Amino acid sequence: MSASPFRVERWTTASRASVVAVALLIAALALGPGYFSDNAIDKLTTLFVYVILATMWNALAGYAGLVSIGQQAFFGLGAYFAVRLADGGMPVYGALASAAALTGLVSWPLSYFMLRLRDGEFAIGMWVVAELFHLLVNLDPLIQGETGTSLVALNRYGAFARHAYTYWMALAGMSFLLLLLFALLRSRTGAGIQAIRDNEEAAASVGVEVARTKRLIFVLAALGAGLAGSLWLANAITFQPKTYFSPQWTAYMIFMALVGGLGTFEGALIGAVIFFAIEALFGAAGVWYLIGLGATALGFALFLPRGLWGWVEARYGLSLLPVGYRLRFKTHSSSPAQTPRLAAQPRRK
Amino acid sequence: MALLEISGLTARHGLLEAVRGVSFSLEKGKTLALVGANGAGKTTLLRTLAGAHRAAAGRIEFAGADVTNLPSHKRAAAGIALVPEGRRLFARMTVEENLLLARAAGRPGRWTLEAVFEAFPNLLERRRSRAGSLSGGEQQATAIGRALMTNPDLLLLDEISLGLSPLVVDRVYRQLNALMSSGATIILVEQDLKRALGVADSVICMLEGRIILDGRAGDFTREQVTDAYFGLGGTRAAAS
Amino acid sequence: MTWINQIIQGVLLGGYYALIACGLSFLFSVMRIINLAHGSLAVLAAYALFWLADRFGVSPILGLVAVLPAMAILGWLLQKTILERSARSGRLVPVLSTFGLAIVIDNLLFQAYGADTRSLAPFVGSLSYDSFDLSDDVSLGTLALITFVTAVAMLGGLQLFLTRTPLGRAIRATAEDPDTVGLLGINAGRVNAVAMSIAMVTVGVAGFFMAVRATFAPYAGAAQLLFAFESAVIGGVGSLWGTLIGGIVLGVAQSLGAQLHPQGFLIAGHLTFLAVVLARLTLAARGGRLRAWIGGAR
Repeated sequence: MSASPFRVERWTTASRASVVAVALLIAALALGPGYFSDNAIDKLTTLFVYVILATMWNALAGYAGLVSIGQQAFFGLGAYFAVRLADGGMPVYGALASAAALTGLVSWPLSYFMLRLRDGEFAIGMWVVAELFHLLVNLDPLIQGETGTSLVALNRYGAFARHAYTYWMALAGMSFLLLLLFALLRSRTGAGIQAIRDNEEAAASVGVEVARTKRLIFVLAALGAGLAGSLWLANAITFQPKTYFSPQWTAYMIFMALVGGLGTFEGALIGAVIFFAIEALFGAAGVWYLIGLGATALGFALFLPRGLWGWVEARYGLSLLPVGYRLRFKTHSSSPAQTPRLAAQPRRK
Repeated sequence: MALLEISGLTARHGLLEAVRGVSFSLEKGKTLALVGANGAGKTTLLRTLAGAHRAAAGRIEFAGADVTNLPSHKRAAAGIALVPEGRRLFARMTVEENLLLARAAGRPGRWTLEAVFEAFPNLLERRRSRAGSLSGGEQQATAIGRALMTNPDLLLLDEISLGLSPLVVDRVYRQLNALMSSGATIILVEQDLKRALGVADSVICMLEGRIILDGRAGDFTREQVTDAYFGLGGTRAAAS
Repeated sequence: MTWINQIIQGVLLGGYYALIACGLSFLFSVMRIINLAHGSLAVLAAYALFWLADRFGVSPILGLVAVLPAMAILGWLLQKTILERSARSGRLVPVLSTFGLAIVIDNLLFQAYGADTRSLAPFVGSLSYDSFDLSDDVSLGTLALITFVTAVAMLGGLQLFLTRTPLGRAIRATAEDPDTVGLLGINAGRVNAVAMSIAMVTVGVAGFFMAVRATFAPYAGAAQLLFAFESAVIGGVGSLWGTLIGGIVLGVAQSLGAQLHPQGFLIAGHLTFLAVVLARLTLAARGGRLRAWIGGAR
C-alpha cells in the first residue's frame, strides 16, 4: 500500500480544533443558567431548537435525498404526545423526552410506505400526513380542537427552574442528536448515506442498503423534529394544534438547511445561527420578514443550491466537522484544488 | 463550394475529449462515411454537428453560415438532420405523430408524410401504432423518415444498421441508395466497413477523437482502412 | 337517500378538484415538476378577479378575459425565471424553489389584503346558490354543475389539444425526450414555457371557481395544493382523465366522511389518498412477486 501516492485522511488540524471547540462550547453552555439572564436562556433554548430542526431536515434532504414538506407532522406530534403523557401523570420532563421517542416510533411504520413515494410526491405526501395528524389530534377531547390546551404540569416549577431545565434539556437533546448524526455519518452506514446522496443507483449497485439507510435517517429526523416540538412546547407552554402543525416549521427548516448548505454538517449549524440572527433582527417586520425568508430560500435554491457552507467548502477546501474522507497527495503540500474529496461534495443529478 | 466546412472542432464529455480538433469539408451531393472503433468519437461528432452536443472549440460552417453556436432546433431549421444512435423515437407516440413532429423545422419540400410512406411502404400499415411497439427495422425506417421530413440539406445517419437483421439492413440501404442518387448530402456512421465503403464517395476514419485517415473511398483498400481503424496505420494516410 | 345525495354532491365536488388538479397533473406530465406554488397561484388569480370586481366593478366572468392571459404570461415568466433553472439543477431543487415561491406569494397577498376572507360569490348574482331539485332529497347546485362541466370540457380540450395539434404533439414529445425534439426543429425551452402558460390558464380557471363557490384568504393556497395533489395522485399522476376520476374519488370520500363525522370531511380525503397510495404500492409489489414467480417457473 505504501506505493500509493495518496494518503487517506479524515481529520485535519482545523477539524480537530473545531471538534474540540464545539465540545468546549457545549460544556460552557451547560453552565449557562448560572450566569445568563432569563431572556438569554430563553433565546438560546430557541436557538438549540433551530439547530435541531436544521440538522434533522438537512440529514433528511441533504443526505438521504428526501425533501419533505411535512416535518411539522413530527414537530406537532412531539408536542401533542408530551401534552398527552403529562396529562396521563408522567413527570413532565420525562413526558417531553418520551414524546420525542414516541414520535420516532410512529415514524417507523409510516416510513414503510412514505419512503416508496418519489421526489415531489414524497414531499407533498408528507404534507398530507402532517394535515392528517393535525386533524386527528384535533379529535382528542383533551386538545379541544383548535382551542388547544396548555402543559399545565410545568407550573409546578418556578419560572427560573423551568427555564433552566428546559434549557438543559434542549442543550442535551441538541448535543445528543448532533453527536448521533456525526457518529452515524462517520460509520459504515454513514458512508452509505453519503453514497446515496451522491448517486442513489450507484450506491445500490455497490451494495448500500438504500431502503434501510433511508429509513434510519427518516426515523432519526422524525425523532429530532418530535423533540424540537416538545421542547418548543416546554418553552411556550400552550399547545394549539394549528401552530404546531403549521408548514411554516418546515419552511424554517428548509431555509436554514438551504442557506447554510444542504448536505453538509457544518451548513445546517450555520443556517440555524443565521436564521436565529435574522429572526432577531427582522422578525418584528412580520409579513415582510416571511416574504424575505421565502425569497431568500428561492434565491438560494436557484443560484446557490449548495448554500453558504457549500460555497466556502468548494472555495477553500475547508472541512471542520469531517464526515467524509479526503485523499491527499503525499509529496506535495496540497492546495484545496488538489485535494479530491470522497463522498463529500453534494452533487445533484 | 463546400456545404459543410469544419475546422478544429473539439467536443468534450466532462473531462474526456471525445472529439479533438477535427477538420474536414463536404461537398453538396456527396456521401461521407465516418468509420472508426467504438469510442472513436463518431457519435459525438455527429451530435455536435447537429447541435445536440456543445462544441468546446472550433468552427462549423454550414451553407456559408457559421452555425457553431446555434441550438439544435435552429440547425434543424437550417437544414441539418440527425438520425440519432438508438433511434430516439418517441415511444408513446404513433409512427405518424413521430413523423409529423419534424414539420416543426419549417422546411416544406419533397419529403411529405406520403413520400415517406412511399419510400418505406412497411410503415404505412403501422402508421397508427405506437413507435415503441415497432420492430427494429420499422423503428429505423421511422427514425430515418422522421429526419427526412425536415427536408434536410445534410443528413447525418448514426449506426442505422445497429441491431437489425442483414435482410432489413439491405432494405434500409436500398432506400438510402435511392436517396443518395437523388442528390442528398449525407454523413454516415457505419460499423460495417464493406457497406460504408460501398455507398460512400469519401471516407474518414477516426481514432481516439482524431481523424487518422481521410480521402476518397476508392483510394483505400479495406485493409488500409482496417489498419487505421485499429490504430495500426502509424502515420495519418491523408490522400485528398 | 341522504347517502345518494352525498355521493352525487361528492361527484360534483370532484369536478372542482379535477379542475384544480388539471394544471398540476399537466405540468408534472410535461416537465416532471410538482409545482408547490400551484395552490397559491390559484389564490393569486382569485385575488386578481376580486380586485377587478371590487375596484372596477368588472364581473368576474368578464374579468377572466383579462386574468387568464395575465396568468399565461405569468406562467411564461415563471418558467423562464424559476422553473427552467430549477429543473436543470436536479429533481429536488424545483420542490424547494416552488415552495419558496409559494411562501412569497402567500405573504404578499396577506400584506396586500390582510387576513379577511373574500369571495367572488357577491359579484356573480345568484349563481353561487342557484340550484334545481332532482327529487325531494337531491338537489343540484347550478354552480357545481357548471364546475363539473367545465372540468370535463377543460380536460377533454386539453386531451384534444395534446393529440390533435402540432403544438400539443410537440409538448408530448418534449415530455418524453427533451433532448431529441431539438433535432426536429422543436425549441424545447419554448415548448415548456407554452406548457407552463397553459397550466397557468387552467390554474386561473380553477381560481375563479374556488372563489365563486366559497371564500378564500391569502393562505388558502396550501389546502388547494393538497386537494390538487391528492386528486392527481389518486388518479395516477400525469393522466388527464385519471385526474377527473381522482377528483371524483376525493370528492366522494370527503362527502361521505362529512356524513360520518363532523370532522370527517378532510380526514376521509387524506385517508383515501393514503389508502390509494398504499394499495398501489402493494399491488406493484404483488405484481413484482407475480412476475418473479412466473419468471422462476419458466
